[in-house]
Amino acid sequence: MNNNIIENNCWKEAGSVSPELLKELSKKQFSVKPDDAEMIKRLTREKIDRPVIYIGAGTCGLGAGAKATRKQIEKYLADNNMNADILEVGCIGLCSAEPLVDIQIPGKTRVSFKNITAEKVASLLDNFFSGNIPEDKVLGQFHSQSSAPWDNVPFLSQHPFFAPQKRWVLINCGIVDPLNIEEYVSRGGYASLFTALTKNNPTEVCDIVEKSGLRGRGGGGFPTGKKWKFAASGKSEQKYLICNADEGDPGAFMDRAVIEGDPFRLLEGMTIAAYGIGASKGYIYIRAEYPLAIERLYHAMEKAKKYGLLGHNILGTDFNFDLTIKMGAGAFVCGEETALMNSIEGKRGMPRPRPPYPAVSGLFGKPTIINNVETLTNIPMIFFKGADYFSSFGTPTSKGTKVFALSGKVSRTGLVEIEMGTTLRDIVFKIGGGCPNGKKYKAAQIGGPSGGCIPDSQADIEIDYEKLKTVGAIMGSGGLVVMDENTCMVDVAKFFMDFIQRESCGKCIPCREGTKRLLEILENITKGRKGKSEEESLLRMQGIITMEQLARVIGSTSLCGLGQTASNPVLSTLRWFRNEYEEHIFDRHCSAGVCKELIEYSIDEHKCKGCTLCARKCPVSAIMGKAKTPHYIIPDKCIACGQCKSVCPFDAVFTK
Amino acid sequence: MNIEVNGKKIQASDGVTILEALTEAGIKVPTLCHMKGLPPSGACRICIVENAENGVLIPSCSFPAWEGMKIFTHSQKALAARKTIVELLLANHPDDCLYCDRNNNCELQDLAVEFDVRKRKYSPTKNNYHIDSSSPAILRDPAKCILCGKCVRVCEEIQAVSAIDFVRRGSRSMIAPAFCESLNTSSCVNCGQCVAICPTGALVERNSIADVINALNDPEKIVVIQHAPALSVSLAEEFGLDAGQDIIGVMTAALRKIGFDKVFDTSFTADLTIMEEANELVDRIKTGGKLPMITSCSPAWIKFAETFYPEFIDNISTCRSPQQMMGAVIKSYFAQKQNIDPSKIYSVSVMPCTAKKFEAARPEMLRNGVADIDAVLTTRELAKLITRFGIDLKNLNPEEADTPFGTRSSAGKLFAGSGGVMEAAVRTAHFMLTGKNPGNPVISALRGLEGIKELSLDINGLILKAAVVSSLGNARKILDAVKKGEAQYHFIEIMSCPGGCINGGGQPRSVNKENVIKRLKALYAIDEESELKYSHENPDIVRLYNEYFKKPGSHMAHELLHTHYGKRDLLK
Repeated sequence: MNNNIIENNCWKEAGSVSPELLKELSKKQFSVKPDDAEMIKRLTREKIDRPVIYIGAGTCGLGAGAKATRKQIEKYLADNNMNADILEVGCIGLCSAEPLVDIQIPGKTRVSFKNITAEKVASLLDNFFSGNIPEDKVLGQFHSQSSAPWDNVPFLSQHPFFAPQKRWVLINCGIVDPLNIEEYVSRGGYASLFTALTKNNPTEVCDIVEKSGLRGRGGGGFPTGKKWKFAASGKSEQKYLICNADEGDPGAFMDRAVIEGDPFRLLEGMTIAAYGIGASKGYIYIRAEYPLAIERLYHAMEKAKKYGLLGHNILGTDFNFDLTIKMGAGAFVCGEETALMNSIEGKRGMPRPRPPYPAVSGLFGKPTIINNVETLTNIPMIFFKGADYFSSFGTPTSKGTKVFALSGKVSRTGLVEIEMGTTLRDIVFKIGGGCPNGKKYKAAQIGGPSGGCIPDSQADIEIDYEKLKTVGAIMGSGGLVVMDENTCMVDVAKFFMDFIQRESCGKCIPCREGTKRLLEILENITKGRKGKSEEESLLRMQGIITMEQLARVIGSTSLCGLGQTASNPVLSTLRWFRNEYEEHIFDRHCSAGVCKELIEYSIDEHKCKGCTLCARKCPVSAIMGKAKTPHYIIPDKCIACGQCKSVCPFDAVFTK
Repeated sequence: MNIEVNGKKIQASDGVTILEALTEAGIKVPTLCHMKGLPPSGACRICIVENAENGVLIPSCSFPAWEGMKIFTHSQKALAARKTIVELLLANHPDDCLYCDRNNNCELQDLAVEFDVRKRKYSPTKNNYHIDSSSPAILRDPAKCILCGKCVRVCEEIQAVSAIDFVRRGSRSMIAPAFCESLNTSSCVNCGQCVAICPTGALVERNSIADVINALNDPEKIVVIQHAPALSVSLAEEFGLDAGQDIIGVMTAALRKIGFDKVFDTSFTADLTIMEEANELVDRIKTGGKLPMITSCSPAWIKFAETFYPEFIDNISTCRSPQQMMGAVIKSYFAQKQNIDPSKIYSVSVMPCTAKKFEAARPEMLRNGVADIDAVLTTRELAKLITRFGIDLKNLNPEEADTPFGTRSSAGKLFAGSGGVMEAAVRTAHFMLTGKNPGNPVISALRGLEGIKELSLDINGLILKAAVVSSLGNARKILDAVKKGEAQYHFIEIMSCPGGCINGGGQPRSVNKENVIKRLKALYAIDEESELKYSHENPDIVRLYNEYFKKPGSHMAHELLHTHYGKRDLLK
């Protein structure tokens, strides 16, 4: 088997297709024939006859205007009487550069351009087709075995965003046509399923996954192969496999991007998993807010069924696997596996006590394995390259790669996949390019509402399940929000607590009642002294005293993972940013300038020219002063809306 | 299994949960959501215990005990966590115990006492909810609800009604009927099992005590009261006496002391029901009428059928329930006999049931716009009434019920337990079919607390097939089987509450099944000792027919003792 598909990263093009697989598929009138090397080259676009224009049209691309870009491109081609194929691909990862447009012409490598909104299309294409690569727009060129590279154009693989990454799960994302099963197969897709089904028995499949060291990417980090074995060993006529695509963490969008960009990979991974555990029925539980991903999945399922890669007698074996897509109604708690199963069963999404664990008694009381999207999309890789290869990457306890959705106060946002063991600092500074506008990095929130904040002092920590725990964070599903010096950590804790107390299912008392009380305590901390009675101030202090103890009880007594980790944002910010809490509590001051009630606006009399703009803009008439003389803000009237500061042309308004 | 609890080695049975192991060993751990006999829900977290090995808190209700397990049930960590949970509940609770129906009888209050909660630890904004007083039977106060979920589970898992469920998310979660509508427009059948299981004052019966006292103080009114067969064997518990004591005489004396002008025993009209129902059954069998015939005594079952099984309405006996028959004969036969204007009679009934409040107010139960029953009290309300009037049950001499309905057969008394109606009906049907009483009046196949009981009895060549069902969840099973043709019966007795009226929604809140068994045994003891075991032999019944109704199923009987029901559309 040719291995170079995986080598280093995806920028080295071409994959190896398994001739045996093609032979099997040809029984179902699959258009790619085993001896048709030419066709494979065309499908992988190693060989093209006319220009191909790729548009990044994942949800992020569409949000940035990819549809308008496409229209403009079509118009350009029509106006100029040009023939070219237009292909919508998923997200390559660098969301902040969307809409991305790649152009490939026969004989030359594919070149990627950034931020090509509709109005930039004409000039880009004008330039490109007249042989100029506009430097300000170019992101980089792809590697190719059969095409000539462009001179003086950097390779995408050397781009700082991509260079430190190791793309296994995202290997096809943003590169391939997500609707084209022939292309997926031509790039080596379904070779793993073929290997697993024809060369391994289910026990071996579980063994291989266990040996690979793959751990659950949904947050918990339970060894995947071990989990599979629990269900595999259960004696039941019916077993289920569920893919958890109910991605609900604020700032997390890995699952969406993977499904939009490479849906067949998930189906292949699920089919291998189902074979390993003996499940004949599977569900993909995906949030209804992901319409494009759902559409892609339906399309992919239809194609896979057509060619005998899903459904009955998969690849000519006696293995059957049926898949159903179940749409979630947007409850965060339905990402918790037992609540998710309740939801599939048509009940209210509320967790059940464990044990019994789903692997023993899960969906409809049958042995059930629930894996998340990233875990399952790792599976094809393991069978393609072998468990040993997989486990040769990463740290002693955390193997392989991890995908993060990098967002927040960071220059380059998007989807990144790094080898386990990469430091957080490398992710934020090398890949993300650090905080924009020269601001100082303060912390990264990792693992969403269940996770914790990692401060600058700990940023050299390696990404590893166990190591992250030592600093009060968790791997989580992959949300990574960067915060700079203008972020108030009490405010961050408040944000997550507000989220959690809304999303608690309401079943167990500590989570339902406790998170609300925690939120109230945090709100009180960020409140000003103005208009408060002494009793209220006393109650504020009383709350603060109980906060930490309450947070610990919520964590240690709650029913499900949501509640057990609900207080992590509070505990973690308390651990690393206690001084900020103290500043809010004792000085009633927020040095990040976020907590409005604690900010006092003043006017610098030396800078103020008396232009009266602020006085006119003030919604509560709290600014006094005659024209052409310095103005003054009446503190008792001021509601700290910040209007004056934002309109002052002389930068005379300041906060303290 | 060897386990170690609080440093002491003890034995536990295999396959039990930690809580069950602790209960076996006599160690008490508080719970709010645990329901014996149902799978654990793990909602309240009060039952957590500390794993001695690693300090982790484990919910004892849902976690299986394991060999070599070492736990602390009352370690500092466990107690502090429990106390915090109680404080959290109290933080979002109205804090108005003094005004609460459940004051001194509330599981949350008990926990507050147990954990010595002496100050308000959190000063939150409490959820603001309206009281739902739309139902004629049940009052719902969401503010007092601690969301233990027991009402939801009893409604769904035992009663298969699912009138209420969790709605909304997070701290705004509450338990409500679909679309947050009120109970009267929901599928609620008023059985009151939720009321009986609610640990706080969130679900209580609609209180009619004030109405009754007003009537008692009205010089124009003749206030009569009837008490259901289940009352005399369960009321004692409300006064701290052992379960299963029959205090019929003392109760009658107490009711007179309160000021009721006449005290009647509903068991009498239970006999009357048997006369009509057995006659109807024999008639249906002989004339090829609609079978199986199903009993009609349980008003929650009637509403259940109207809502979920309208196709069975014609199977339901047209007989009114004993309460309504008594109401009817009081305001007709009794009024005539005593020469009283029926509109001056205020007719009260004491029932082990909340649905009876609903039944009394049904439009079908009005005659010329006047209700036969003016107020229905539950067993619990009667206890409060007795206390209100300063009556000490221990110092009362037993008294007899009033005429003309003074005598009852023990068959009528058996109505209080699941299988009792069937047993009484079979005794009389046997007589009606053969002219002879059965050799042995006791039909043991119909006795006990099982949810579904079956009987196949040879009555002179007729193989009478019958089923006895208690709880509406079991009713569903039987009706579905009948619908599919998997089971065939002549006669089905359906009682809405598990075990029948002795475990009704208006009964003393009994934490354990043993009390229900004791109540049932008391009924069997009464039957055992009774010299009058057949409804048709009740001399007052014989006289009532001679003087008034002439014969079972007569025109007059149909007018006063029978009724009809109709389909209910849930979405209306």
